[in-house]
Amino acid sequence: MYLVPAAVVLGGMLVYPLYQLVLVSFFDYRQPQVTGAEPLRFVGWQNYRELLADAQFWEVLLNTVGFAAACVAGTLAVGGALAVLATRLTPWVRTLLFLAALGAWATPAVTGSAVWLLLFDPTLGPVNQALAGLGLTEFAGHSWTYDKWSAFGLVGAQVVWCSFPFVMVTLYAGIRAIPGEVVEAARLDGASTSRIAWSVMLPILRPAVTIVTIQSIIWDFKIFTQIYVMTGGGGIAGQNLVLNVYAYQKAFASGQYGLGSAIGVITTLLLLLITLVYLRALRRQGEVL
Amino acid sequence: MTLRRLRNDIAGLLVALVVALPLYWMLLSALRPRAELEAGDTTPYTLTPSLDSFRRVLTVDGFGQYLLNSALVAVVVVTASTLCAFLAAVALTRYRFRLRTTLLVMVLVAQMVPVEALTIPLFFLMRAVGQGVPELGLNHLGSLMLVHTAFALPLAIWMLRSFVSAVPRELEEAAWLDGAGSLAFVTRVLFPLVAPGVVACSIFSFIMTWNDFLFARTFIISAQENQTLPIALLSLFKPDQNDWGGIMAGSVLMTIPVLVFFLFVQHRLASGLGGAVKG
Repeated sequence: MYLVPAAVVLGGMLVYPLYQLVLVSFFDYRQPQVTGAEPLRFVGWQNYRELLADAQFWEVLLNTVGFAAACVAGTLAVGGALAVLATRLTPWVRTLLFLAALGAWATPAVTGSAVWLLLFDPTLGPVNQALAGLGLTEFAGHSWTYDKWSAFGLVGAQVVWCSFPFVMVTLYAGIRAIPGEVVEAARLDGASTSRIAWSVMLPILRPAVTIVTIQSIIWDFKIFTQIYVMTGGGGIAGQNLVLNVYAYQKAFASGQYGLGSAIGVITTLLLLLITLVYLRALRRQGEVL
Repeated sequence: MTLRRLRNDIAGLLVALVVALPLYWMLLSALRPRAELEAGDTTPYTLTPSLDSFRRVLTVDGFGQYLLNSALVAVVVVTASTLCAFLAAVALTRYRFRLRTTLLVMVLVAQMVPVEALTIPLFFLMRAVGQGVPELGLNHLGSLMLVHTAFALPLAIWMLRSFVSAVPRELEEAAWLDGAGSLAFVTRVLFPLVAPGVVACSIFSFIMTWNDFLFARTFIISAQENQTLPIALLSLFKPDQNDWGGIMAGSVLMTIPVLVFFLFVQHRLASGLGGAVKG
């Protein structure tokens, strides 16, 4: 009985749309069909065939995977390094670091993107002015979003900025939970610091590392807002498109809803795969269902 | 030893400074007078702070209305999703029945569904709903309330479940012996006991809804008066002539509530739960 409200909402807003998504992806569904000017036509796998034959789709897929991988690597490296650093700080410095990180974490994606755009604005941004002030005059008026890779780099930096705190806080808690005696014992046995980090602390931290890695993969794979806001909807000639933005543009900008749904299905399947790995990692940690 | 600690502390301070810089710059640019900002002045402070930018976005750009819209959607979503989630959590922990484990796994999987991919079907669903009940359809805040209630549910159920299961069974038996029915037990005993969990999970739902960009962008097509903050912010971006002061003032207005709520739940963030509120 108590389950009814939740079940109704979830069924209507999650399960049914998921079914619809798959269904639409098998139809020729464009603007004329939306307005009812032309009848719906079942086209089977044609949307998928069209996608797989489209060079742009493959480029977007590659962009998405590459961008997500770079962001995940960056987030883990920064978050991990700072977690270790945080254990060696005087308490008030650590508090400051955590407060700053909390601020970055809390910043909504839209406002975070906006302020990063201002920081890196060609003429008004402090970054270019500082670089020019250091004698690198070619940076005066330099546009960071014009070139494909520097645009991805800028968005990636923003993504790392707002997602490393999660990694840092989680791993810091993990390191703190390692009993001091274990490290002490290893040291008495003559293990070096790097040896302790690698052979003692890392295995203990493995579950936490697995979780933050997979969580990061899931977010960075479905990034939408940052790319959309910072590159103006996918960059010049769509050079900065990732899967979610691509599906959105196909559907709502060019009115190819069937094709957009097919992209959505592919994204969902890829994420489902990652999720399954995540669930197995959770299980191994003994999370009770 | 002290030298090494000093070196670490300096590194830590520098990192904190860099991490905090974007937020500081947001506030600084919001307070900087427009002329100074547009002249490309990037001194890291301003001697003549002014609230002009805030006044401009609130009056000229109508951010007051958008702020209200965002808050309204968030409040409805938080109330509805927490209530549904609480009831579901009770059912999933206090009662044993067939399918229980299956349902739990489904909740977990639902939490992972990339809701971004559902934009297209949800758009059509909202269009259909709007033909019957306009207030819940496209261009109305109701559509955002509906989808976000659903999106917030899985995490909320998952969170509340652990709180509810922590309440000892004996308490239920005691309440029963005292003559309380099942409903009375749930509302009068259980609910107050899990209040901290309810607060935490409300905050997560709030942040998720407040930050949403994609669905607000998709559903509110032409109804200017029903925009939410993120979209209003985006509409301030204009080719070549960005009103950065206004954009930053709007950003500050949008960021502050989230920051405040984040401070409330910060001690719960270290687990996997905190991970679910990004984006």
